[in-house]
Amino acid sequence: MKRKRNFSEISLLTITLALFAVMYLGGILFYGFRISTFLNLFNDNAYLIVATTGIFFVLLTGGIDISIGSVVAFTCVFSAWLLEKGVPSGVVIPLVLLIGLAFGSLQGFLIVRFDLQPFIVTLAGLFFMRALCSIISKAAIAIKNPFYLKVALAKIRFTLGRQHPKIYFYALFAIAVVLATAFVLKFTKFGRTVYAVGGSEQSASLMGLPARGTRVMVYGISGFCASLGGVVYSLYTLAGYSLQNIGMELDAISSAVIGGTLLTGGVGSIFGAAIGVLIQGLIQTVVTYQNLNTWWTKVTVAALLCLFIIIQRAMSVNGEQARKKRLIRVA
Amino acid sequence: MTMKLIKKYRDGRIFWPSMVFFAILVFNTLISGGEFLSITIMDGHFYGRLIDIFRNGSKLMLLAMGMTFVIASGGIDISVGSVMAIAGAIACSVIRGNLFPALQGSVFFALVLALAAGALCGAWNGFLVSRVKIQPMVATLILMVAGRGIAQLITNGKIITVNSQAYYFINGGYILGLPFPLYLVMALFAGALVFTKKTAFGLFLASSGINEKSSRLAGIEVENIKLLVYVFCGLAAAGAGLIESSGIKGADCNNAGLMIELDAILSVAIGGNLLTGGRFSLGASLFGALIIQSITTTIYAMGVPPEVIQLVKALLVITISLIQSEKIGLKLIPAKEAVS
Repeated sequence: MKRKRNFSEISLLTITLALFAVMYLGGILFYGFRISTFLNLFNDNAYLIVATTGIFFVLLTGGIDISIGSVVAFTCVFSAWLLEKGVPSGVVIPLVLLIGLAFGSLQGFLIVRFDLQPFIVTLAGLFFMRALCSIISKAAIAIKNPFYLKVALAKIRFTLGRQHPKIYFYALFAIAVVLATAFVLKFTKFGRTVYAVGGSEQSASLMGLPARGTRVMVYGISGFCASLGGVVYSLYTLAGYSLQNIGMELDAISSAVIGGTLLTGGVGSIFGAAIGVLIQGLIQTVVTYQNLNTWWTKVTVAALLCLFIIIQRAMSVNGEQARKKRLIRVA
Repeated sequence: MTMKLIKKYRDGRIFWPSMVFFAILVFNTLISGGEFLSITIMDGHFYGRLIDIFRNGSKLMLLAMGMTFVIASGGIDISVGSVMAIAGAIACSVIRGNLFPALQGSVFFALVLALAAGALCGAWNGFLVSRVKIQPMVATLILMVAGRGIAQLITNGKIITVNSQAYYFINGGYILGLPFPLYLVMALFAGALVFTKKTAFGLFLASSGINEKSSRLAGIEVENIKLLVYVFCGLAAAGAGLIESSGIKGADCNNAGLMIELDAILSVAIGGNLLTGGRFSLGASLFGALIIQSITTTIYAMGVPPEVIQLVKALLVITISLIQSEKIGLKLIPAKEAVS
């Protein structure tokens, strides 16, 4: 059983990597992608990488969180509003992160304590946060705080011949979040429990693992990462608008799935999920290069999502059949 | 006889949702000083706030019926908003002649093609759920993301307007003084009611939702039932999309049916149907849709900013879910039903 799992995780990740490599090579051949194109994938999608990390924890436990788009929007609008009122950034950033964490944990508590469906609770969360956004301000608010401006423009510039590719600090921050997540999932008790709960909650609790507490915590992490993604997004756009990031939760979920996360829980790698985000970024880039209708991005992503889900399904059916055969042999 | 009917109503699932709806109506009447209930007749048509609630709520009522079936089967369909956009886009493109130039101007073929597209979308969802066995939430997510894109590609990313009195009739028309969309709702309701009550379909559907495995062992074709409910839901969504597009006299793929899937699910929940599947009541869902529509109207009438509506809806969903939760143990559902 265990070996089978590892096998499917690795082969799903291979497919994802291969897809990314093929797409990127195609980009180099047909559109002349440069180093800067590659770095811009990180610059433009840093917020999505951070938010995907959060939802990735939830997906690993077999749950779902569709409130993150609204939480990102709320974070941007609320921090832009506070900054406009003259609140120092040293207060604003911890405050919005704390709200994200508290909101996510509350959702997790409702889901676990009262046995509610994650989909319904986070749906209500989506409504709630979006409503708060438009109550705060219906117009877009620009961020003029000097600290934000300074951080938003901080970047590293390379010189490679005649090219000057650059990477922003917040993109590096997103990479750091991914590395930290990988560490937590691989080497901490909590991380291993997340995988165990996703494999089978019942078995995990019978083993004495704190299954219910872990499930509440993953929603807390998801809310926290969403607000962290919101901070990154507000650095990226330097504004807050109540209608931004509608449908972003779907981007995050499809990134994770394209990156080989099983929606039934228990299987997935954070690097795969991050590459899933980059693949979406590549699709976006190609659509822009081709000067196509931007909706092609959504259609292509959905088709990819569908393809990957069907591959996953085929793999799990295969795995089940193999297990049945083994059982028959044992009998 | 009357006592028996009253008792049946009192014990039925429709009792609480309808009471809430009437309470909202009474509340509205009081705060508006009676103006709310006034219905005037102009050109032989009825006008008034009450009529508006029914007309504006017709889209939601159609969606709520489709969603009731899907939820009863133990599933969910979050693609209805996108299917609405597709239906509107197809109908308007056909009438304008951008799609199938031979059929330009034919409202009849526009409607047939739009409804067929809705059924096809539903069949796709149903195929993914019943045959490929993907979780419903994820399976319909695919169409939710792609559907709006497909609609945009049909209209080439533009807002298409149409000029056709026959098409406007779908939303703005009147028959015997009542708005036409209301007849659509009644027709679908009557059809669905006969189909679920007079055939074994309703029983099979509830049974599949409660326990899929044992239903299959009992000889029910669970897969086909699931396929059918998604097709029905797609059709209902296409109908709602036509009403919406007829109302704005065109197709706006960005905004048609945006976030309405949440309202549809909420209608079903407010109607007291379990979101985990099983026993269902179409009538109760219709009242759920009317409750949402009338709350919206009330909030507008009280001069509260419309953003608050979402806040109210969010709190409502959580409250209803908590009431339904077995962990809280409020026995609002009669025990005999909980067993069945």
